[in-house]
Amino acid sequence: MGNPMKIRAASKDGVTEVKVLMSHEMETGFRKDSSGAVVPAWFIAEVVAKLNGKEVMQAQWGPSVSKNPYLAFKVKGGKAGDKIAITWTDNKGDTRTDEATVT
Amino acid sequence: MVNEPSRRQLLRNGGLLGLLAAFGAAIAPRFAFAGWNKAAFDGKTLADAYKAMGVEGAKESGDVQFLASDIAENGAVVPLQAVSKIPNTTQIAFLVEKNPNMLAASFDIGPDMVPDVTTRIKMGQTSNVIALVKADGKFYTATKEIKVTLGGCGG
Repeated sequence: MGNPMKIRAASKDGVTEVKVLMSHEMETGFRKDSSGAVVPAWFIAEVVAKLNGKEVMQAQWGPSVSKNPYLAFKVKGGKAGDKIAITWTDNKGDTRTDEATVT
Repeated sequence: MVNEPSRRQLLRNGGLLGLLAAFGAAIAPRFAFAGWNKAAFDGKTLADAYKAMGVEGAKESGDVQFLASDIAENGAVVPLQAVSKIPNTTQIAFLVEKNPNMLAASFDIGPDMVPDVTTRIKMGQTSNVIALVKADGKFYTATKEIKVTLGGCGG
């Protein structure tokens, strides 16, 4: 499941800016641990953003996105009280969804 | 009459097996995203990644704004922002030329989105970073060299 995301969504002049901070190791699969064994890749592969239940963006990520990924994007429309939902799925099939209210 | 229970047993076992198989199939596809372009993320060269993403004839465009600092002190956290001023932008992607795999992230921009995305990536070493934009089926790029003073890939 992973830890909760931090989501901030603020609407201004008809555009909602969404900032998301996810909690994930984002292992590249290139790193080695102290015993020299390769640490297997473990990363968020897919991110879906929804505004009031309607999908607005889908992202595909590789392992070279930074640990504890940060994502910011802008959605047309959206007003205070609207719901922004973010879902990520990692390459192990783990998934997490968090929701925030637009301010 | 000795056969009767054993036949039932057999049927029951068979049913159970079938159920297990069905359940197994339901939880088995752990990494089967319809949208995740494995070939593109596996691309070791820019040509491979472009080919897997269907990119042809990408050209530099001043309408793609690529906002990032020239020098990244820490290669593990390199902030990148790409803004497309081209109408009908449907995709924005970030590629790092000297990373083991070129493609870092790709965003499918829906009609409700402003084509403006920000994220943070890892870079192993100083490299050209490309912001790739797809609009109306054509590809546009903005390239920027980002100097890394401390590698971010386990260095």
